[in-house]
Amino acid sequence: MSELLLPPEHRYAKIMKEKLNEDGSELSILNLGPTHPATHGIFQNILLMDGERIIEAEPTIGYIHRAFEKIAENRPFYQITPLTDRMNYCSSPINNMGWWMTLEKLLGVEVPKRAQYLRVIVMELARITDHIICNSILGVDTGAYTGFLYVFQFREKVYEIYEEICGARLTTNMGRIGGFERDWTPKAFELLNTFLEEFPPAWKEFENLFERNRIFIDRTVDVGPITAEKAMAYGFTGPNLRAAGVDYDVRVAQPYSSYEDFEFIVPVGKSGDTYDRFCVRNAEVWESLSIIRQALEKMPAGNEFHAEVPDYYLPPKEDVYNNMESLIYHFKIVMGEVPVPVAEIYHPVEGGNGELGFYLITDGSRTPYRLHFRRPCFIYYQAYPDMIKGALLSDAIVILSSLNVIAGELDA
Amino acid sequence: MALETAQIQDKLSATFSDISFTFKQERDILAVEVPAEKISAIILFLKNDPELRFHFLTDLCGVHYPDNEVDRQMTIVYHMHNWYENTRIRLKAFISGENPEIKSISSIFPTANWMERETYDFYGVDFIGHPQLKRILNMDEMVSFPMRKEFPLEDGGRTDKDDRFFGRTASNN
Amino acid sequence: MTESKTNMVAPPEGVVGEGFFATKLNDVVGLARANSLWPLPFATSCCGIEFMATMASHYDLARFGSERVSFSPRQADMLMVMGTISKKMGPILRQVYEQMAEPRWVIAVGACASSGGVFDTYSVLQGIDKVIPVDVYVPGCPPRPEQIVDGVMKLQELVKSESVRRRSSPEYQELLASYNIK
Repeated sequence: MSELLLPPEHRYAKIMKEKLNEDGSELSILNLGPTHPATHGIFQNILLMDGERIIEAEPTIGYIHRAFEKIAENRPFYQITPLTDRMNYCSSPINNMGWWMTLEKLLGVEVPKRAQYLRVIVMELARITDHIICNSILGVDTGAYTGFLYVFQFREKVYEIYEEICGARLTTNMGRIGGFERDWTPKAFELLNTFLEEFPPAWKEFENLFERNRIFIDRTVDVGPITAEKAMAYGFTGPNLRAAGVDYDVRVAQPYSSYEDFEFIVPVGKSGDTYDRFCVRNAEVWESLSIIRQALEKMPAGNEFHAEVPDYYLPPKEDVYNNMESLIYHFKIVMGEVPVPVAEIYHPVEGGNGELGFYLITDGSRTPYRLHFRRPCFIYYQAYPDMIKGALLSDAIVILSSLNVIAGELDA
Repeated sequence: MALETAQIQDKLSATFSDISFTFKQERDILAVEVPAEKISAIILFLKNDPELRFHFLTDLCGVHYPDNEVDRQMTIVYHMHNWYENTRIRLKAFISGENPEIKSISSIFPTANWMERETYDFYGVDFIGHPQLKRILNMDEMVSFPMRKEFPLEDGGRTDKDDRFFGRTASNN
Repeated sequence: MTESKTNMVAPPEGVVGEGFFATKLNDVVGLARANSLWPLPFATSCCGIEFMATMASHYDLARFGSERVSFSPRQADMLMVMGTISKKMGPILRQVYEQMAEPRWVIAVGACASSGGVFDTYSVLQGIDKVIPVDVYVPGCPPRPEQIVDGVMKLQELVKSESVRRRSSPEYQELLASYNIK
C-alpha cells in the first residue's frame, strides 16, 4: 500500500526524518484516501501530522478524470448534455439548463417566459437536493445519522418530480434547446405541490436538530474558517464564498432564465467556517423554496414549454415516425448537421457549488471546437490544504464535507 | 454597467503604450489579445487598478489551434471579472505550439495554481514560475498531452470495443 | 408473532423429522453467507449517490442482510464498485480487492464500472473486469436503487448455490492467476 500511494522519495518522508519535536516525539505521515470512507468521493490527501494536528497536506486528484472536455470536442451539441449531468451529479438539472442556455446564447434563441419559469423551478429543486446531500452528510460526519435518513426521503420526492418531467432520477439529461422536451404533466405539478407542503416542516426539524445543537456547534464553529479575501483569491464562489461574507451570486449579478423576476435574498455568513457554510446552505434552501412558490404563482397561463425553433428543437416523436420532413429534421439535429455561428461564448450559472461556467468556442462545425467547463469544485478544492492546516484530523473530514466537493465535478 | 468598454480600452492602451492591443467584442464580453510576454504585468494591472478592478480570476484555460502558424498555435484564455461593476473581460495570449511557455500568474491569483496545472496537463504548456508544475488529473507516467488536437479521444490500446461497431471506420465491413 | 410481517428466509431442502433437520453443509453455509453480505462500497461517482439512496430509508438495503456497510476491505464480503474507474484508480481498486478475505464477491454497478460506459476515453478503464473478476453486472447510468437491490439479490442467488470448496478449486485459482492476483 505505502509504496503505491507514497513513493519513498516523497518530500514528507524527508521532513519526517529530519524534523523532531523538542520533546523528541516524531512527526508522522498519514495517507487519507483515495478510498477513505469518510471522504465521500475519491480524494487523496497525504498529511504530515504532529500527533492529531495536521501540519501540511498534499492533495492528489484526478482519480475519476473522465476527459469531459475531450469528449465534448468529439460530440454534437445534443450529445454533450449527458456529460454535463455527470459533472455535479447532485444537481444535474442546473448543469443541463446551463448548457442549454449557453447554446441558446450562441444561437440567439429566445425562450418563452413559461419555459423559463419551469427551468427556474427545476434548477431550484436541484439546488435543494444538492444542499440536502451536503448538509445531511455533514451531519453524518459529525455523528448525527438521523438527519441524513430523515431528509433523504425528501430527496426521493424530488427525484419523483424529475422522473415525471424527464424520466430519469439522477442524471436527468433534461430539456432541449429552447425549452423542455415535453410539457410538465399535471402529476408533476401535483408532486411539486405536495413536496412544497411536506418538505418545509421536515427541513425546519432538520435545522432544529443541528443549529442549536451543542455537539454540532462544538464540531463546526471556528472549524476551517476562511476570510473573504482569501476565499476570493482562491476563486471561491457559491455558498462557500457567501459563508465568508461576500454576497456574490450569479443569479443576482447576471440574471439568467428570468431570475430578475423573483425576490429572494442572498444569505451570507460571517466567518466562513463550517458552521456558516452549513447555515448559508440551510438558508438557501428556504430561498429556493420561496423562488419555486413565486415561480408557480407568476407562471404565465397556457402550455408553452419550448421556443418555436424547428432548426434546433427536435420535432415531436409522432411526427418523426409518420412524417418524412420531421424525420429528416430529427436526424439533422441529432447528428449536428444544423449550421451554428462561429463564436466564443462564456455563460455562467449559479450551480449548487458556485459559478458553473461554460466557455464554448465554435468553428461552425457539428462539434464544439473547444468546450471548457469552469467547475467550481475544482477551483475551490485547492484551498483545502490551506484550510486544514493546524486543524485536527477529525476536523479535516468535517471541513471536506462542508465544502461539498463533488468528485465528478472536481476531476471532470 | 458603469465600466465602459471604451474606458477599459483607453486605460489599457494608455498604460501599456508600447503594446498594440487587439480589442474585439465577443457577444457580451470584451476580448483582448495580449502579448504573452507581458501577461503577468497586464493581469496585475487589471487587478490592482482602482478603476478597472478586475479582482477575480474566473477561469483560465488553453485552446489548441494546430492550423495556425507555429507562433500562434496555443492560446491561453483568461477570464477576469469585476464584481463591483459586474464586468467581465477575456484575455487571450497566443503562444507557440511547439514550445509553449508563458509566465505563471499563480503569484497574483493563488487560484490560478491548479488551473495552470490543468492546462499543463492537457496541453503541455510550461508556466514559468509556477511553484509545482506537474500533472494534476492524469497519471504522472502519461507522456501525451491529451487535449491537443492530434491526440485521439479513445485509448488506442483498448481491446474490447471494435471500431466497426461505432461508425469509426470508413467501411462497415 | 402471527401477525408479524417479517419474512423469514426459507430453510434449504432437507429431511425434517421430530427434533432434527438434516441438510447439506453447503446449503447451510450458503444460506448464512447469502443473507449476511457485508458490502464494501467503492463509490467513485454518480452511482455512489444512488447507492446512498439504496442504503437510506426508502429502499433500505439492510433488509437483505447488508445492514453493516463495511468500510474496511478486511471485513467485507461484497465489493460494490460504483462509478467510473479511471486508469489512475485501477491499481487502487485492485489493491482493495486483494485486501479482501475469501470468500469475496464483486458487483459492478453501473455502465462505467461494467464497461466504461459513455466514457470511451484515454483516461477511463473500460470496465473493472480488466483488473478484477466480477460476479454480477448491474446496468444503468446510473442504475435505479431497485436495480442495485436486484443486483444484490442476484448475487445472493450465486452465493447460496456456491460450493464451499469452490475457492480452492483449480478453476478458481486459474481465474485469479489470469488476473495476476495472488
